[in-house]
Amino acid sequence: MESYSLSNLKELEAESIHIIREVAAEFENPVMLYSIGKDSSVMVRLAEKAFYPGKVPFPLMHIDSKWKFREMIEFRDKYVKEKGWDLIVHYNKKAYEQGVGPFTHGSKVHTDLMKTQALLEALNKYKFDAAFGGARRDEEKSRAKERIYSFRDKYHQWDPKNQRPELWDIYNAKIHKGESIRVFPLSNWTELDIWQYIRLENIPIVPLYFAKERPVVDIDGNLILVDDERMPEEYRKKAVMKKVRFRTLGCYPLTGAIESEADTIEKIVEEMMTVTKSERTTRVIDFDQEASMEQKKREGYF
Amino acid sequence: MNIKEFLDQDQKKDLLRFLTAGSVDDGKSTLIGRLLFDSKKLYEDQLSALKRDSKRVGHAGEEIDYALLLDGLKAEREQGITIDVAYRYFSTAKRKFIIADTPGHEQYTRNMITGGSTANLAVILIDARKGVITQTRRHTFLVSLLGIKHVVLAVNKMDLVDYDEKVFNKIVEDYKEFVTQLDIPDINFIPLSALKGDNVVDVSDKMPWYHGKSLLEFLETVHVSSDRNFSDMRYPVQYVLRPTLDFRGFSAKVASGIIRKGDEVMVLPSRQKSKVKSIVTYDGDLDYAFPPQAVTVTLEDEIDVSRGDMLVHPDNPPTVSRHFEAMLVWMDEEKMDPLTQFYIKQTTHTTRAKVDHIDHKIDVNTLEKHDVDALQLNDIAKVVITTNEPLYFDPYKKNKATGAFILIDPVTHNTSAVGMITGEYKEGKLDLRITSEQKDKIHKGQGLISQDEYVKRYNQKGSTIWISGLHGSGKNELAFSLERKLFDLGATVITLDGKSTRMGLSRELDFSPADRAEHLRRIAHIAKLLNDQGIITICSFASNDENIRNQVAEIIGKDRFHLAYMDADIDYCKKNADDDLYERFEKGEISNIPGLDLEFQKPENAKLVMNPEDMQDNLQKVLDYLSENKIFPAG
Repeated sequence: MESYSLSNLKELEAESIHIIREVAAEFENPVMLYSIGKDSSVMVRLAEKAFYPGKVPFPLMHIDSKWKFREMIEFRDKYVKEKGWDLIVHYNKKAYEQGVGPFTHGSKVHTDLMKTQALLEALNKYKFDAAFGGARRDEEKSRAKERIYSFRDKYHQWDPKNQRPELWDIYNAKIHKGESIRVFPLSNWTELDIWQYIRLENIPIVPLYFAKERPVVDIDGNLILVDDERMPEEYRKKAVMKKVRFRTLGCYPLTGAIESEADTIEKIVEEMMTVTKSERTTRVIDFDQEASMEQKKREGYF
Repeated sequence: MNIKEFLDQDQKKDLLRFLTAGSVDDGKSTLIGRLLFDSKKLYEDQLSALKRDSKRVGHAGEEIDYALLLDGLKAEREQGITIDVAYRYFSTAKRKFIIADTPGHEQYTRNMITGGSTANLAVILIDARKGVITQTRRHTFLVSLLGIKHVVLAVNKMDLVDYDEKVFNKIVEDYKEFVTQLDIPDINFIPLSALKGDNVVDVSDKMPWYHGKSLLEFLETVHVSSDRNFSDMRYPVQYVLRPTLDFRGFSAKVASGIIRKGDEVMVLPSRQKSKVKSIVTYDGDLDYAFPPQAVTVTLEDEIDVSRGDMLVHPDNPPTVSRHFEAMLVWMDEEKMDPLTQFYIKQTTHTTRAKVDHIDHKIDVNTLEKHDVDALQLNDIAKVVITTNEPLYFDPYKKNKATGAFILIDPVTHNTSAVGMITGEYKEGKLDLRITSEQKDKIHKGQGLISQDEYVKRYNQKGSTIWISGLHGSGKNELAFSLERKLFDLGATVITLDGKSTRMGLSRELDFSPADRAEHLRRIAHIAKLLNDQGIITICSFASNDENIRNQVAEIIGKDRFHLAYMDADIDYCKKNADDDLYERFEKGEISNIPGLDLEFQKPENAKLVMNPEDMQDNLQKVLDYLSENKIFPAG
């Protein structure tokens, strides 16, 4: 007997593929932002599916803050080679040469210069008119209200009060020169959906997501990995070995680990279902100020 | 059950998207907070953050303010209202849910329409103390407009009416009476208290008279997968894949119906036919695909197919037409300009469209129909639309995927309106759009074309060249040669002279001063009408009386009346006349001849004075005059 119903995951997959194809068809110069995280890995897989047996018709772009975990960069370089992706890596050269970093300049300045400004610089440089991001609506309050096609003015700003209505699966791709659209094909996925999909599709992810003995330091209640010698000596000397993993990946000094025994996807999901903290609480940057994510989004951050 | 078994089972869950509608006061946010909370998806830290926020801006006194969990944006938090659509996610062992949380305020109809467009079900909240109110009717109407087939009327705050069955029953009755006017096949009523948790997740013991399911149980079990259209195959091509010379695939999300390998398909608009060779996906080829699967189809034959085309079964095509009727919801802050050539996007097809006619606007509160000229934010109206290229569509009721469209403003690029097609509009029925302002004009006998439009079209200003002079002075020669010259130069011009007008228009009039006055009054009105419609009029009449000439100027309008005088004395005229008028006067056969027994009052105010001996010069004088005064050419 033929069945005409889809599981939640298959329905989400179809929705995302439709969105990705729609962007490729209607924009002149799209790009897919690749953060090396688990959501990005899912998004790239969806793009591969959307154009199979062809190649993904747009480049991936990684905004390198120069403070990513080393394992992330290794992972990135390995898969770019293996999969033949067209990958652009961009970083804020000026700020990097000035030595901007979270330990010396604080998380706010670092994030602004090495992430937000670097992103804007790259978008301007390559004149992308659409940029895919892997953000999900269940991640954070202000994201819950964002459209799938999120309009940005020529300064890349988001105006939450003045969003285009978005109905059915009909997306408005009309923009003037200089304006752009951020596209979120994973909008309707939850953290559990992502893990389930990674499990079902065998999607490779950075090993940092799995629990392992790692050297960490407790900084203001966050367990920070000692990833390289740029961490000041005063912290490094306090490092202890703990079995930890990461729920999200960003800049290593700004991303807290959690103590965990979960070294398989099943265990990660089990842990996630029974505990405690939502994923972004391990992101130090959210605590800068009240409603800080909304503020960053207005300024052009994803 | 171990975690692996849990995951294996969990991945088979299906998805229910539902809309919640109600106002701040109905406790909607509390209900959603409760659903999320009680289904154990509120993480601990979100709760602790919530406790911190509650102290500062909380509105619920000692209780936890669930609403704070939901209102994401800063400004909203301060106002204590939800102003946009927010999407919430939660899961139970049986289903995953996506809630589109939309506000109840009238000015935000557009957000409810937005949130509801993808929903299978709507939860409409009612405050048990208030019963069915205007807002309930509005929400229900919008839900039926969007074609949502399942409604739950959640009668909230039952704790505040002592869980009284009678209160609930009265609301059910009222609602049923109202809802019969609308088209919603499945309606369910649940009494609950979001604040106390009664009948939200667990069936409450406070209302033993209620024998139905709790809200969550209902949401977990309601059957919605058959709501899709599986009968009319529509495959709107989204992307043409051509990775190698021997692979040409057409990617799309199946909009409706089932497409099978081997099916004969027809391509719209070309109507070429072929067979489905394969249905390709990354995970392997399929024998058939159904909505909302996103696949790639290859065909047996090399035929031309591009984005925006549609594959259908030849024996079951959609309507192909440029004219259709639709329910339109205006979403733009800017009022509709009826002249706008919008972009219309329907399935994957984009073309231009114009709203030809607004049949009526619907008052969302009373469902009454009103005539309007243009639509404003949150207006809902039945309209007629014409597109540049034909669309391939079905009525929205039958097929949401091919019956829905958006209108995009060509300048601002806003999504100005969204629509649901009700059916084809038959050619020939198209009528002219007439606004109430225009109706007024017609009522007053004014045309709908403005002076500016005439000036632009004809490149001239509607004016009268009035040539006065004695009989035989040569004014007719000037009039007709001027007409000829202007015509040749591209002007639109009409000449009125005594002979032609007295044969018909004024045939009962004689040459007495009274009848002469009446005759010229008629001519003046004709000249005015012609001038009103942009036409240059040349009038050649003796018009001996100064007063009458002034009256004529009044009628035509002084700025449009240009008097020319053919300055010839009676002796010249007697010689020059080509008929026997003057002889007959001499014989006493006729009387009332200007210059003889009627005084000819020489015009002192003529703009142009002509010399009867030099016609060439006269003609040039008039042309120069018209050009200098930008009468012709106007540009």
